[in-house]
Amino acid sequence: MLDIVLVALILSNFVLLGSSRLSSCIRTAALQGIMAGLLPLATAGAGLSLRIVALGLAVVALKGFVFPHLLNRALRESATSREVQPFVGYTPSLLAGLLALAASFWLDGRLALPTHSASSILVPVSFSLMFTGIFLLVARRTAVNQVLGYIVLENGIYAFSLAVVRDIPFLVELGVLMDMFVAVFVMGIAIYRINSEFDHIDSDRLSTLKG
Amino acid sequence: MIPALLALSILTFTASAPVLAMLRRNPRAASRLGPATAVAGCVPGIVAAILTLAGAGPASATASWSVPSGGLSIGMDALSALFAIPVLIVSALAAIYSRGYLRHAESEGRSTAPFWAWYDLLAGGMLLVTVARNALLFLLGWEVMALASFLLVMFDAHDPRVRRAGWIYLVATHVGTACILALFAILGHAGSLEFDRLALPAAFPAGIAFVLAFVGFGTKAGFVPLHVWLPEAHPAAPSGVSAVMSGVMIKTGIYGLLRFLMILGSPPAWWGWVLLTAGVTSGVVGVLSALAQHDLKRLLAYHSVENIGIIAIGLGLGLLGISLGIPAMAFLGFAGGLLHVVNHAVFKSLLFMGAGSVLERTGTRDIDHLGGLSKRMPATSLCFMTGSMAICGLPPFNGFLSELLIYLAAFAGLSATAARIPAGSTAGLLATGGLALIGGLALACFTKAFGTVFLGEPRTPHAAGAREVDASMRTPMIVLTAACLCIGLAGPAAAPVIGPVVDSVLAGFGFAVSAGTAHDALGALSAASVASAAVLLLAASVFAARSAILRNRRTSSAPTWGCGFTSPAPSMQYTASSFADPIVGLFGAIIRRRRRFEEPAGLFPASTEFSTDTPDVYQEKLYKPVFSAFERAFSGFRVIQHGRLNLYVLYIAAALFALLLWKL
Repeated sequence: MLDIVLVALILSNFVLLGSSRLSSCIRTAALQGIMAGLLPLATAGAGLSLRIVALGLAVVALKGFVFPHLLNRALRESATSREVQPFVGYTPSLLAGLLALAASFWLDGRLALPTHSASSILVPVSFSLMFTGIFLLVARRTAVNQVLGYIVLENGIYAFSLAVVRDIPFLVELGVLMDMFVAVFVMGIAIYRINSEFDHIDSDRLSTLKG
Repeated sequence: MIPALLALSILTFTASAPVLAMLRRNPRAASRLGPATAVAGCVPGIVAAILTLAGAGPASATASWSVPSGGLSIGMDALSALFAIPVLIVSALAAIYSRGYLRHAESEGRSTAPFWAWYDLLAGGMLLVTVARNALLFLLGWEVMALASFLLVMFDAHDPRVRRAGWIYLVATHVGTACILALFAILGHAGSLEFDRLALPAAFPAGIAFVLAFVGFGTKAGFVPLHVWLPEAHPAAPSGVSAVMSGVMIKTGIYGLLRFLMILGSPPAWWGWVLLTAGVTSGVVGVLSALAQHDLKRLLAYHSVENIGIIAIGLGLGLLGISLGIPAMAFLGFAGGLLHVVNHAVFKSLLFMGAGSVLERTGTRDIDHLGGLSKRMPATSLCFMTGSMAICGLPPFNGFLSELLIYLAAFAGLSATAARIPAGSTAGLLATGGLALIGGLALACFTKAFGTVFLGEPRTPHAAGAREVDASMRTPMIVLTAACLCIGLAGPAAAPVIGPVVDSVLAGFGFAVSAGTAHDALGALSAASVASAAVLLLAASVFAARSAILRNRRTSSAPTWGCGFTSPAPSMQYTASSFADPIVGLFGAIIRRRRRFEEPAGLFPASTEFSTDTPDVYQEKLYKPVFSAFERAFSGFRVIQHGRLNLYVLYIAAALFALLLWKL
């Protein structure tokens, strides 16, 4: 069960790297968020408590529904291109994703972390999520896509902490979620501001502002 | 009791700043509340300082705070009190003055609320610097003071020249702060940053610490060649702020230098020489640069450099007196330097307020566009003249007393030849010569400034249409004018005030002076005051006699500079540059004046042109090349700064990966 979810996470990474439409990217990220939210339920096994369930549901609600909704609205209202407009093409992106996956497994071997996880591939998957998130941040042009990168990165951190600390300290998780929320919030504001100022949401065109 | 008063003072300043900042939408409330909170914050501090000087003795208090390396310690001793009194009094008076001065900004629809918020922080920061007993707290006050004054300088930031001045100031002040940070890091090696725990590490050369202190605090004080920000920032600031910055803020540099030199222990002779030569250089360069200026506030800013030089001469003589073992020179040097700190605060803030009044009423700072203001602005004119006489060190005003003390210190060094101390006589000669040259040039400079601005006939319609400033600007100037005269006549009373301060400083350096030296020296002050009073009486009686003789006779008045000519024009008067030309030409080796002159040609010369300007030598020859070299060296890094968000994230990621791989 857990392994299926993990593999699905990896696949969603590749979908994110390879798809050319922003709306489908947002959908994929939402799906990924839902899966990440379900991870604690899957790893907990016998020790399933009300707290873990509540936490998982909160994450699912936020990552699966609230953030995508906000992003979709941003996309609708900013009336800009619905293309991803990558700096790095789709095929190279997919290759980079593969490389990242390989690197994650290699890193996992090298680090030899004291894991308590129910699955041996949880740590490499979390690494690959982080790498993908960073890659999306760096190699995509639109601000919406950079928010998606953030979300994927956070999913990775979330999965990693699950692997290392079994059941996540509630406060830490809340802190991470707050962080995320603020990040998306700021990005949302930034998108609106960029849009109202410049009629587009390409963060790279901001370089004309530098002194 | 005293720490409570100080805490009340600092709390008033810090609590009112955010309140004022929130009043941006309500300019009327801000313009009332601003000066009120500034004055209210100053009062408890002034009371505390006066109590300390009146013999309450040093007091301090420590509260715990969550920052390591010591507690939240504030305290007051004689030295702090001597600096805190002018700081607070000038801040209060300049606040009252600024209220009137900012009316034109308000009439343009600009909010003064931020101004008052920064102003309160500046006053609070300066007070904190003088009373902090913990190096971190000192730095906190120091930075608040620097940033608040930077923001106040930038008050008219719509003018690009003001922005440039502001940036120069910000860079200069942080170069100084960097040195002070290094100094504290060295002194606090044992872990505690409380002042009474600071000490040099064993086997650490004290010379390095001295150089750091000299550069760090000297940048704030404005010793040549660290003075370049002064003639830029002080004219750019609103005049009330110029008065605070020139009058008291730069003195915090002197305070810090003294306070930390005491921690460094017994001074070797070369520290004294460094201070003395820096003082003479600052004095001569400052006053000569002032002579060549056309801008009234810039001229006054250069005079701040000159007077900081005079203070440094006094302190240098004091240090030399300690290291050479000449008690009279040590005592008198410190006494003169410290008294000049107070005096300069009084007359320099007065002069800046006078210049500000002229600027406010005529709209120009250019001396050559003014003239004839003494008939149009009599009160300002009288105040400015008093300030000018005081700054030149003329009796019966206060500048005379402090310069007299420094002269006496120099003479004490000269007469030490009897005791076979050749170094002392050399120092005495250097100080005497330097002071004499500075005094003479200052007299020439203020003759030029006062004469061109206030006497003669107006050169432009701006000057012709000037009126007297209103009461809120006049009152502080009159108070300071009275202070100039009172301190000048209060020589006998100065002894019990300044004596204990100097004694505590000398004790801090571990040097004891017998009471006799001090007593003889302060007797000279009494004599000077008596002579001043006699001069005043004589002048008054001559004036009374003149009015008595002229009472029943017809007097006729002719136009100024008439010289029997039938229709004199204002352009026939001396201008500032023509008046100063012989002296500036004489010292061409020290200051470089640029002249542009198209000679009249032909029988009927058409248009001719003449203009001079005097850039700061050090800025042109020292800082510009150095900073340009830096810029060239680092401009290669501009490639990294391209403004692409994605690549910035990539930098971060790459750095993290590199760290990860390095640890694998």
